[in-house]
Amino acid sequence: MSAILDFMSNWISVGYLFSAILFIMGLKKLGHPRTAPRGNQLGALGMLVAVVVTVASMQLEGGAQWTLIIAGMAIGSLIGYWMAVRVEMTGMPEMVALFNGFGGAASALVALSETWKYIDGGAVPAGLELTVTMVAAGLSALVGWMTLTGSLLAMYKLKGGVEIFGKWIKTPTWGPAWLNPVKVILVISVAVLIYMSILEPGNSDYLWAIIGISCVLGIILVLPIGGADMPVVVSLLNSLSGIAAAFTGFIFSNSVLIVAGSLVGASGIILTFIMCKAMNRRLIDVLFKSFGGSGEKADLTRTKVGSDADEVAMMIDGAQKVIIIPGYGMAVSQCQHQVKEFADLITEKYDTEVKYAIHPVAGRMPGHMNVLLAEANVPYEQLIEMDEINSEFPDCDVAVVIGANDTTNPAARSSEGPLAGMPIIDVDAARTVVIIKRSLSVGYAGVDNDLFYMDKTMMLFGDGKKMMTALNNSIKEN
Amino acid sequence: MSPELLIGSITLFVLAIFLGVELITKVPATLHTPLMSGANAISGISIVGALIGANVAYSGGNTAISGILSFVAVVLAMINVVGGFAVTNRMLNMIAGKKRRGA
Repeated sequence: MSAILDFMSNWISVGYLFSAILFIMGLKKLGHPRTAPRGNQLGALGMLVAVVVTVASMQLEGGAQWTLIIAGMAIGSLIGYWMAVRVEMTGMPEMVALFNGFGGAASALVALSETWKYIDGGAVPAGLELTVTMVAAGLSALVGWMTLTGSLLAMYKLKGGVEIFGKWIKTPTWGPAWLNPVKVILVISVAVLIYMSILEPGNSDYLWAIIGISCVLGIILVLPIGGADMPVVVSLLNSLSGIAAAFTGFIFSNSVLIVAGSLVGASGIILTFIMCKAMNRRLIDVLFKSFGGSGEKADLTRTKVGSDADEVAMMIDGAQKVIIIPGYGMAVSQCQHQVKEFADLITEKYDTEVKYAIHPVAGRMPGHMNVLLAEANVPYEQLIEMDEINSEFPDCDVAVVIGANDTTNPAARSSEGPLAGMPIIDVDAARTVVIIKRSLSVGYAGVDNDLFYMDKTMMLFGDGKKMMTALNNSIKEN
Repeated sequence: MSPELLIGSITLFVLAIFLGVELITKVPATLHTPLMSGANAISGISIVGALIGANVAYSGGNTAISGILSFVAVVLAMINVVGGFAVTNRMLNMIAGKKRRGA
């Protein structure tokens, strides 16, 4: 009998090992354009293996609670799938943030459930096992609840606000300097509470206190950070949700939880650094220096006369090469289809060569522009990354900037100011520049953009979708 | 729990962190969002913990609070897993341009 049991426990470990290998290969392949879809499939396969092994082992070791397992998994799968297929491409970043929050909450709930057993009257283990369980559950709760509230707030920051009873309330950005020591004090108090919960495992007050403090921590961590830095924050929270899963693994001494959780935790933090680098920011600054949003902005003293769609249409007539530079504004007004129509119109009518210049951090998430333009069926070959297209601007007749600002600001070439050193798209090298933007207002970095005031620049003031539609109509009539 | 088991778990934890750091090196900006989203789906591995917790609670006849909590955890983790992989798949298909909606 014991030989059979030995074999069974090994069989489970081998299954988990197989699943961990699939996760590793999946993550590796997700980092390369050609293999990325396969990487995602391998990850999903790894998850399937982990779940099947877990359920099979429960069945063999005294019977799985099939009703419960099937009901829970079916409800979760249906909701998840429904949300994933329904979401618009523009809402993708929010959806990732929301799923991430759910993952963190799941880990935290598992930890809570394990410690609640003692309160329900379950047998309390002694010595090392109790210490490990309480420490792991406490840390999992800290990180998990923080991930939940932080992700929910990040989601509303990405949306820009929340609608309550038909009234649009903007998500605030607020973070005085004294908030940083408060964060440290809260983390220390959670550590103290975990220690006290080991001494008194049956006391639910400690658990509630840990949950409450962790939720507050998630909120005050994200609250000071401006909307444009949200990609970095979501990536960091993603890393945290992995760490929370790894801590849960310590409660059960479960290898696949520990391995997959820490893999996501570590690769997530590296991805966070890569994203920071693309934005030329330091993670420390993003997290602890409230920047943008509420910060000081340059006073606008200069003015610029706006143009209208007919003027722009006339100027584009006969252009040989047009480069489109999309930004945050295109995502907000969701005008990617009008942009595609514009490109088709001028290609057909004037035989113009059209390309798109993609800044690495344009939009609300890295790669956001690619996803949006792909949704509008823009051929992938026309989307050119910044480094490659910058040399083409001197030959470009018209550069059309749609809702982009900081990513085109020549001030980034100087060595001073918030934008200093950020790589930009060399729009100012084009012969003529058309900018579609609501106003002359500064971008996220709060720096006035010289590009707007150049003689060769034409401003089309207005919402991206409206202005693109007007421009398309003018071109059709021209 | 024996000290050996704990040391074994800590070993796994530390080695997996080193592996995770090495795994992601240069990623083109286009893939930042899908990679984040895919990794996010993998962090739904807490489904394993949720299943074990729920099974133990219900097998022990303890369907009170810890049972309910772990059931909710199963649902949330499954949303994370299925939604995460599905959304990543959709994004990658659009970026790679294999499947196009409409035309």
